[in-house]
Amino acid sequence: MELLAFILVDGLIYGAWLFIVSVGLTLVFGVLNILNLAHGSLYAIGAYATASAVGAYFALGGDAFPMGSYLAMVIGALLVAVVLGPLLERGLLRHFYDRDHVIVVLVTYGVFLILEDVMKLIWGVTPLFVSEPYSLLGNVELGPLFYVAYDFLVIAVAIMSGLAVWFFLNRTRRGKVVLAVIHDREMSQTMGVNVDRVFLVCFTVGVFLAALGGALTAPMISVSPGIGVNVIIIAFAVVIIGGLGSIEGAAIGALFVGIARAASVHLLPEAELFIIYLVMAVVLVFRPEGLFSKTEARKI
Amino acid sequence: MSATRSLPVICAIGFVALIVVGLLLPEWAMFLTTMAFAKGLVALGIVCLMRAGLVSFGQGLYFCIGAYVAGLMANWTGITDIFLLTALGIIASGITGMIFGPLLATYRGIFFAMLTLSLSMILYGFLSKMTALGGTDGLNVAAPTFLGYAPEGRALGLSLYVYTCAIVVIAGGLVRTFFDSERGLIALAIRDNELRVEYLGASVRKEIVFSYVAAGILGGIGGVISGLAIGHVDPETAYWTTSGEFVFVAILSGYLSIPAVFVGSLLLEVVRSFSNLYFPNTWQLSLGIFLLAVILLLPNGLGSLLAWRKRRRETS
Amino acid sequence: MSDAILVTEDVNKTFGAVTAAREVSVEVPKGAIWSLIGSNGAGKTTFVNMVTGYIKPDRGRILFQGRDITRLSPRQITRLGIRRSFQMPQLYAELTVLQNMLVSRSINAERPPSIWRGAQGADDVERAMDILKRFKIADYSDRLMGELSAGVRKLLDIAMAISGTPRVVMLDEPTSGVAAEEKFPIMDLVMEALSASDVTILFVEHDMDIVTRYSERVLAFYDGAIVANDAPDEVLADEVVQRYVTGTAK
Repeated sequence: MELLAFILVDGLIYGAWLFIVSVGLTLVFGVLNILNLAHGSLYAIGAYATASAVGAYFALGGDAFPMGSYLAMVIGALLVAVVLGPLLERGLLRHFYDRDHVIVVLVTYGVFLILEDVMKLIWGVTPLFVSEPYSLLGNVELGPLFYVAYDFLVIAVAIMSGLAVWFFLNRTRRGKVVLAVIHDREMSQTMGVNVDRVFLVCFTVGVFLAALGGALTAPMISVSPGIGVNVIIIAFAVVIIGGLGSIEGAAIGALFVGIARAASVHLLPEAELFIIYLVMAVVLVFRPEGLFSKTEARKI
Repeated sequence: MSATRSLPVICAIGFVALIVVGLLLPEWAMFLTTMAFAKGLVALGIVCLMRAGLVSFGQGLYFCIGAYVAGLMANWTGITDIFLLTALGIIASGITGMIFGPLLATYRGIFFAMLTLSLSMILYGFLSKMTALGGTDGLNVAAPTFLGYAPEGRALGLSLYVYTCAIVVIAGGLVRTFFDSERGLIALAIRDNELRVEYLGASVRKEIVFSYVAAGILGGIGGVISGLAIGHVDPETAYWTTSGEFVFVAILSGYLSIPAVFVGSLLLEVVRSFSNLYFPNTWQLSLGIFLLAVILLLPNGLGSLLAWRKRRRETS
Repeated sequence: MSDAILVTEDVNKTFGAVTAAREVSVEVPKGAIWSLIGSNGAGKTTFVNMVTGYIKPDRGRILFQGRDITRLSPRQITRLGIRRSFQMPQLYAELTVLQNMLVSRSINAERPPSIWRGAQGADDVERAMDILKRFKIADYSDRLMGELSAGVRKLLDIAMAISGTPRVVMLDEPTSGVAAEEKFPIMDLVMEALSASDVTILFVEHDMDIVTRYSERVLAFYDGAIVANDAPDEVLADEVVQRYVTGTAK
C-alpha cells in the first residue's frame, strides 16, 4: 500500500515535470508542424539562464528576500524565449517550411548541435549549482512519506501552464485563430489570418515553455553540458504517446510515463532507463498515431 | 542495358583505386577513412529506406548490434576472424530487422522515425544497465584476424582498410543493382504514391520490410567494422545522436548516388576531425553550421550534382 | 446467373448520417460493358471503392467469380483481376510516364518483380512503349506528371490499371476533367485496348452521350441505391431517372 502511494506521488511529480518539458514541443508541432529536436537544448539554456539569473539575484543581495529568486527564474526563461524564439523562427526555420518534414527535423538537429556548443562557450563546462529555490519551501509530510515542497511547486506550475495553454487556445479569440491555423493553414491564410505572426508567437511560446522546464529543473540538478540531450528524447516519447500536437495528449502521456517510470524505479530499477521508450512502443502498437489524434482517410 | 553489365567493372576499378589511394595514406587518414566507410554503410542503409520514402532515426540500433556482436564474440568465444564476425553481425542484425520490420512497416514519416529511434534508445538503456556487458563503459574488442593472418600495427590498419573497401564496393554494387531493379523502381513508386502501388497489386509492406532489413544489415556490417577498427564498443553507438549523424550523412548525400554516401561520410569525418583538432570545444558547432549550409545549398544532397547529369543524359 | 463474374448482395454502407450504399445488389455477367450514372454523392464511387476493397461495406457481400471478396484488401482484389482507374489519376509524380508504366508492368508481369533484374531493360522498355503507343501517349514517355494535360494523365492512369490480365475493369469517370473534344477519342482508345479480351467493364460517367454510345446497360444511382438497371435507352427514358439522376424531367 505504502509502495503504491510512493509510486503514485512520485509518478505524479515526475509526470508534472514531463508535461512542462514536453508541452512546448507538442504546441510547436501542432501549429508549425515542426518536430523540434532543439527543444532539449532550449530547455538546457533555460536551466543555464536560471542558474545565472538566480546566482545574480543572490549576489546582488537577494538574501534579504529569497522568494524573489522564483521571479528571477521566470525572468530567465522569458529572456531565453524572447531572444531565441524570434531568432530561430524568423532567422532559420521560416526558410524550410516548404521542405520535407524530415529535412526540417534535420535542420533542428543542426540547431541542437550548434546550441550545445554555444552553451559551453557562454557558461563553460563546470557544473553550476543553484539549489536555493529548491530548499526554500521546506518539506511536506504526506502520511509516512516526506517530500520536498518544491516538488509540489512543479506540479502546480505544470497544471497552471497546461491550463493557460488550454484556456488561450479554447477560450480566447486569438487562441481560436491559432486553432484555425492548426486545422487548415492555407484556408486561414486566405481568410486573412496572419499566419506568419501566429507561427512566430507560437514558436516563442514553445521556447518559453521549454526554457521554463529548464528553469524549474535547474535548482534540482547540477546544471552541466549535455542535460538537454536526454530531455529531448523523453519529451518526444511523451508527445508521441499522447498524439503529436495534442495538449491533452501530452498531459495524459506525461502522467502515463511518469507513473510507469516511478513504478520501474521502485520495482525494477534496471528498466528505468528505457521504460519510457517501452511504454511508447507499446502505446504505438495499439494506437499508431498516439492516444489523442484522429486519422483521416484519403479521398480518391 | 550496358550500365548493368559495366557495374562489376566500375566496382573493380573503384576498388583498385581505393586501394592505391589507401597505400599512400598516412595511418591516421587510413583509420579515418575506414571509420567513415563503416559509418557510410549505415548511412547507405538509410538511403535504401529513403528511396521508399522513410527515414530511420534509429539506425544506431543496428550499428550497436554489429559492434557488440564483434565485441562479445571476441570476448566470449575467442572468435576474431573478421569474415566470421561480419557474417555473425549480418545474421544478428538481419534477424533483428525481420522482427521489428513487420511491426514498423505500418508507420510512416515522423512516427516511423521516432519508433526506430525509441528502439535504439531501448537498446542503449539496456546496455548501459548491463554490467555483465560492460555497462556504460562498454568493452574492449580484440584485434581482428583475417583467415588466420594476424597483422599488427600499420599492417592491421591497412588490412582493415582493404577489407572495408572490399565490403563497401560489394555492398555498393549490390545496392545499386537493387536500386536499378524492378523492386527498386517499385520502392520509388511507394515513396511517391503508396495507394497506387497497392492498387497495382504489389505489397507496400513487403517492400518496406525488405528495405528495412537491408538497411539493418548494412548497419550491422558497419557496426562490426567500426567496433573492430576502434577496438572498443560502448552503448553510445545506440544513442540517438549517433543515429542523427547517420541521417545527416544520408541527407547530405541524397538518395540518387551511392558513391556520394561514402564521400559524404568521409566529408563528415574530416570535418569532425579537423574541428576536433582546431576547435576542440566547438566541433558540434562547426558540424551544425556545416549541416545547415548543406541543407540550404544542396537541397537534394551531394548526389544531386551527379544525378543532374544523369537526368540530362536520360532525357536527351 | 451462373455466368455472373461480379455479384453484390444487399451491400450497405453509411458514413455518419450519409448513406452511401443502400441494399445494392447487382449481378454483372462476364464480358459486360456497363456504366454507372448518378449525381455527385449518389454512391457510384463508393460502389467502386467497395468492390475494389478501399472501403468495407457495413453489411452485405461482394462475390467475384463466386468467391467472397468483401473483406479482402485492395491489393488482394487487384491480384484477383479486378482493376480500377481513378477519378483523380493516381500517378507517380516523381517518375516519368515510361517509368510509371514500367512500375505497373513489373508488378503485373508473369513472374514476381525481382531485386536483381533491371527495371529498365530494353525488352521491358519496348513493351511498355508498346502500351503507351496503343494509348497514343508514347510521345510523352520522358515527361513528368506535372507537365502533362489532364487527358494524357487519364490515359496513363487507365493504361497502368489494365496491364497484366484484368478480368474486371472499373473506370472511375474516365473522361472527367478532359476537354470535350477529347472525350470520345479517349473512350475509343480505352475500349479498343480492352476489346481483345473478354474483360468486363464498369465505368462511372456523367456524360450521357458516352453512356449511350459505349455501354450495354446502365446502373442509375440515387441516394446510395440503384434506382434503375436496364439498357441505356430504357434507363434514360425512366421517369425516376429523369427526375433524380439526369435532371431531364419536364
